[in-house]
Amino acid sequence: MSFPKVRVPYLLLLPGFAFLFTFFILPIINLAQTSTQTRVAGGDTGEYEQTLAFGNYIQAFVDNKEQFGRSFLYATLATVFALAIAYPLAYAIAFKSGKFKNILLVLVVAPFFTSFLLRTIAWKQILGEEGFVVPGLRSLHIIGEQTTLTSTSIAVVAGMTYNFLPFMTLPLYASLERIDPRTIEAAGDLYANGITAFRRVTVPLSLPGVVAGTLLTFIPAAGDYVNAAILGSPNTKMIGNVIESRYFKIVDYPTAAALSFTLMAAILVLVTLYIRKAGTEELV
Amino acid sequence: MSQKIKDASIPTIPVKARFSRWFGRNLLRIYMIFGFTYLFIPVAYTFVFSFNDSGKSNLIWKGFTLSNWQNPCGAPEVCKALGNSIKIGLLATIFSTILGTMIAFAIGRYKFKGRSSSNLLIFLPMATPEIVLGASLLSLFLVFKINPGFWPTVIAHVVFCISFVVVTVKARIASLDPRLEQAAMDLYANELETFRRVTLPLVAPGIAGAALLAFSLSFDDFIITNFNSGTLITFPKFVYVSAARGIPAQANVIGSAMFFLALAIVIAAQLVKRKRTR
Repeated sequence: MSFPKVRVPYLLLLPGFAFLFTFFILPIINLAQTSTQTRVAGGDTGEYEQTLAFGNYIQAFVDNKEQFGRSFLYATLATVFALAIAYPLAYAIAFKSGKFKNILLVLVVAPFFTSFLLRTIAWKQILGEEGFVVPGLRSLHIIGEQTTLTSTSIAVVAGMTYNFLPFMTLPLYASLERIDPRTIEAAGDLYANGITAFRRVTVPLSLPGVVAGTLLTFIPAAGDYVNAAILGSPNTKMIGNVIESRYFKIVDYPTAAALSFTLMAAILVLVTLYIRKAGTEELV
Repeated sequence: MSQKIKDASIPTIPVKARFSRWFGRNLLRIYMIFGFTYLFIPVAYTFVFSFNDSGKSNLIWKGFTLSNWQNPCGAPEVCKALGNSIKIGLLATIFSTILGTMIAFAIGRYKFKGRSSSNLLIFLPMATPEIVLGASLLSLFLVFKINPGFWPTVIAHVVFCISFVVVTVKARIASLDPRLEQAAMDLYANELETFRRVTLPLVAPGIAGAALLAFSLSFDDFIITNFNSGTLITFPKFVYVSAARGIPAQANVIGSAMFFLALAIVIAAQLVKRKRTR
């Protein structure tokens, strides 16, 4: 080739990174600028000027600390539930499915292809007043006449758990599948029983998958507002719902930007601490 | 004679251990059945209600009909929304696959200054919540007085698809046997020929998988699209907007058809792969 070899990787990176710089980095910088603007006195709606009003952050946080708390609580719960459901599933596919392994793996991803909004709305209808579950449980006196399954925080967490389950299952499967079965056999040879071998060999070796899966679930869950909008009520609003309505309904860009930035910073701090603690850098 | 050898070579397992092992195996099988049922309940519900003779609001079962499947564009806007989603999905897939594959080759194949910060730049969009990506991009478009719509949506989709393409293709490059390329060089192929006739065909399945992933991510995206599409309607947006007054059964038809189409593509790809490895 005519150009010096050292330049090849940079030439390959150039178009993609130019794109990411323009449409990812620049917008984030711009978002930071927007977050400290204030309304132009006597201006139209949506007209703002830069006044370096860092008070926006404090104001935005104080006004919405409930929704912030809820976002992180719901996302944590959904992540824990998804991990609890997905780990045995991934384990079964990796070790107990024989020749059906590939088919089962396809089936984990398959629900993805039906729009996730359709599936969330399907849950709403299945668990709603007109569905068959609620009247059935009522006639069996398992739940009271007034109890509903939708429009509750439980429904929101359940919806998020369901929607992000494949994001948890796939990385778990990938790291479990890589485990050499001989290491588990070796534990057995050294007089570890099944549970001890699982706890001391399988679990530590699957840790990269646990870290990747929990991140891939927690990050989108913390910023999600669709599950809360469809399955929740005004009492289950998350920070995503607030950002969305600040943008579109109230046209309050600085507050929306300050909230977005706070959310992103909080997630990045949590993720960094978590990766440090889990001790895996394999993701990046 | 052979019986004897068998008996001698396999140590007898105590009954209790055998039972607990059997139980362990079947417990996981039973669990798998429950797990997959849970995953597929809403898919099945969507499919069943695509046959509902429901009129406008598809909430209560009113009787079986094939008319929704015979006339999938019967509900206003639904096919326009689907067409937009497919167009955006294809464009986003093409751009993100090309850009992402180039980055994956650079990071996966070369040691260079700034490699780890390149990895970080790829990881960041994945660590950013969709709502922040969508909102920040919209603010940028507003600053430059670009109206949200078709192309801003394509750009937004490329942003979040690139990282997934890079990760997928990079994994494939990392699993390549370097001896295959060395063999090509030994047979007097120059760098370009080696790349075209050995490396690229070997990485191709990874690129195809990445493209499929990019398309499904783009096709199903709602949050980022909602911020950057303005009045343009896509399929997920159509579903979200019509959820308030009831989704027409045609949406269920399209959702189910997409499910079966994607399943067919993935299974066909698996079959081709199995045939090749044989």
